[in-house]
Amino acid sequence: MNVSSVKGSMSISSSTSTWKAGDTISDQFPAGLRVLVVDDDPTCLMILEKMLIACLYKVTKCNRAETALSKLRENKNGYDIVLSDVHMPDMDGFKLLEHIGLEMDLPVIMMSADDGKQVVMKGVTHGACDYLIKPVRIEALKNIWQHVVRKRKNEWKEFEQSGSVEEGDRQPKQSDDADYSSSANEGNWKGSKKRKDEEEETDERDDTSTLKKPRVVWSVELHQQFVAAVNQLGIDKAVPKKILELMNVPGLTRENVASHLQKYRLYLRRLSGVSQHQSNLSTIISAQDPTFGSLSSLSGLDLQTLAATGQLPAQSLARLQAAGLGRATAKSGIPITLVDQRNIFSFENPKLRFGEGQQQHMTNKQQVNLLHGIPTTMEPKQLVSLRHAAQSIGNMNMQVPPHGAQSSQNNPLLMQMGQQQQQQQQSRGQILVDSTINHAPRLSSSMGQPILSNGIATNVSSRNGIPENIRAPGYSQTPSMLNFPMNHASELPGNSFALGSTPGVSILTSKGAFQEDVNSEIKGSGGLMPSYDVFNDLDQHKPQSWELQNVGMAFDTSQHSNSLQGNLDLTQSALGQQGFSSGQMNGHNRSAAVASKAMFSTGDVKELGSAQNVNQHLNNLLVDNTIRVKSERVCDTSPANIFPDHFGQDDLMSALLKQQESVASSENEFDFDGYSMNNIPV
Amino acid sequence: MESKHVNQQIAAMRQSFFDEEVLDEFFSQLEQLEDQNNPNFVEEVFTMYFRDSTTLLETVEQAMKTISITLAKMDKILHQLKGSSASVGANKVLNEINKTRQVLEKGNLEGTKAGIWEMRKEYDSLKAKLEPYFQLKQANSVPQEK
Repeated sequence: MNVSSVKGSMSISSSTSTWKAGDTISDQFPAGLRVLVVDDDPTCLMILEKMLIACLYKVTKCNRAETALSKLRENKNGYDIVLSDVHMPDMDGFKLLEHIGLEMDLPVIMMSADDGKQVVMKGVTHGACDYLIKPVRIEALKNIWQHVVRKRKNEWKEFEQSGSVEEGDRQPKQSDDADYSSSANEGNWKGSKKRKDEEEETDERDDTSTLKKPRVVWSVELHQQFVAAVNQLGIDKAVPKKILELMNVPGLTRENVASHLQKYRLYLRRLSGVSQHQSNLSTIISAQDPTFGSLSSLSGLDLQTLAATGQLPAQSLARLQAAGLGRATAKSGIPITLVDQRNIFSFENPKLRFGEGQQQHMTNKQQVNLLHGIPTTMEPKQLVSLRHAAQSIGNMNMQVPPHGAQSSQNNPLLMQMGQQQQQQQQSRGQILVDSTINHAPRLSSSMGQPILSNGIATNVSSRNGIPENIRAPGYSQTPSMLNFPMNHASELPGNSFALGSTPGVSILTSKGAFQEDVNSEIKGSGGLMPSYDVFNDLDQHKPQSWELQNVGMAFDTSQHSNSLQGNLDLTQSALGQQGFSSGQMNGHNRSAAVASKAMFSTGDVKELGSAQNVNQHLNNLLVDNTIRVKSERVCDTSPANIFPDHFGQDDLMSALLKQQESVASSENEFDFDGYSMNNIPV
Repeated sequence: MESKHVNQQIAAMRQSFFDEEVLDEFFSQLEQLEDQNNPNFVEEVFTMYFRDSTTLLETVEQAMKTISITLAKMDKILHQLKGSSASVGANKVLNEINKTRQVLEKGNLEGTKAGIWEMRKEYDSLKAKLEPYFQLKQANSVPQEK
């Protein structure tokens, strides 16, 4: 029968089946359409399956959204369209819809017994291509293939318009026409696209004869480029045309960009609505240096979690990790040691943090709020820089928590920055910590690695969802102890503290992934690696870490700073770091002053008992100083100090500290714009 | 013959379902999905439906008894019931569900209880009617297949 033959052909080559130009596609189509149906109600699922089979479709059913997502991920080209129920126990249907839209870009039809206007509207805004009311009639199902065709057609058009076909003839790039021909081509397309954008064009041309439309596969790299371009232009000003120009990808059409932008915007919007933590995490996850390899695992987990939570698209994760890995090469030198340290930190930190984490969360959260108001000044600039740096961390970046007002604008920036950094770094939440640590060394060594600070800063904020992210730019700068030098040297425009160097930045973002517990940690780690750990202990510091800018780092640093300052007992860790960081700041006279204050205050508090208090105190200080990216400077000094004691990373710390100090000195000038720590009541 | 007689009986039963509006056109749709390969599709569907809905109904009834029942939760369950009932064509049950949901939306707990009770009545009635129907069908088809 045609169906069977179609199916057979589908399975062949790249699912060209029906779409093969030469074949009798139209005859068979829509028979053999590969449908994935998701519904938690077994009765409905059974009925739907039967109906779809009656329509001659190839049906796969799942009763859980998670299962559906994993099926889709396993076999990206294996499905043409997805039907999903709205109300499902394990994951909201709309969330699933988002994921699918971003990751696989398949048409999704929502179903529900609920026909309320709001729900239907929600379906529309989330990108569903249709909404069916239950009980679903078989007639309605008979027509779902139209959505597949429509989507293909649009993509095709985009390609045609791009006109940048490399060769003009369709060379079958990897897949052959077959890929294009079938709806499955999309899947293939993706693969091909990833490989070569150019080729896609050519391939598509061939397919044009048939219905196949070259589907633009938004690979991680491509998406990163896209995000970078968007960040550069500003999320509000990003128009497809300009984005296209910036991206400068041959074969990419304005339509491709336009549709992707639309999705991206929706995604961002959703992220900002979603718990910031999650988003932060995602952003943070950006791949940080691969060197952190060990950390990556952590981040991977975080990412996974995020992904699972729907926050972090699987792609993002992959991207981040890839990015992180990619970047590692640069840093391999120092980072390696750092990595170990980081790992230690990250692992240790979490443990430490758990107890504290809770406290920290609270503290951090509180702090975060404080921070929100503050760093805005820095952020815009930093954000910009971050953005550039961050480029397309992709979805992840978006996650930067839109905390409050700040977040809204900063977040995207931060996110971006974070993302970029993350990419460079390893987005894992822990990674931030690690990254900070790693970065620190790196920074010191390379100085050019502002990333750490930036990354961290951004990460931290993003992760926590707290405005910290926003600050992150500032923070990253702080951690910039290392970064500062970098900043100066680096391209960091304005604040972009680490963006230029960015790798560090991403680290922070990844931290975000860590979520609260991590957040506290991250904060410290934001740039200051050492502080990070310290931070955890301190719990309190997360928000405070602003000193370090690294958000989390501050605390840690404060602890570390103690060591540096001597006042702070690292042992105290909790307070010490914070206080320390603040202490550092004093040295720098930058906002650090505040930090130092914090530090000092913390120092006193060191008892840790008052850690909470300290945190608060620090927070206050931080709040004032938050902007003090300068804290980075503080970080410079502190981080080095802090860590050594705490985590036994003495080596790192000292190295970092030294560097930081050196950096700090240079950085002193660094003040981030506006953040004048002066406010800090020391 | 017996078979013929049984067939007539089955047909009559079926028609009564529609006449009484116990079942609606979606039931017919389900029947259309039945074919040689799946002669008992409809029955299978209803078996599943009865199984799940019974659980849901019990949950709802249980919930009604508890003091701190959340209307939202109730609504969720009713929504589920609505979906499956609608899909199988259980018309009267569906109507009762809809009525109950409306009452629930207004926050009328007592009214909701009453509505659920009505729902349960219709549900049981449907079950009582369909079970023999399917049994007959099964019994009838078997000899025919032979």
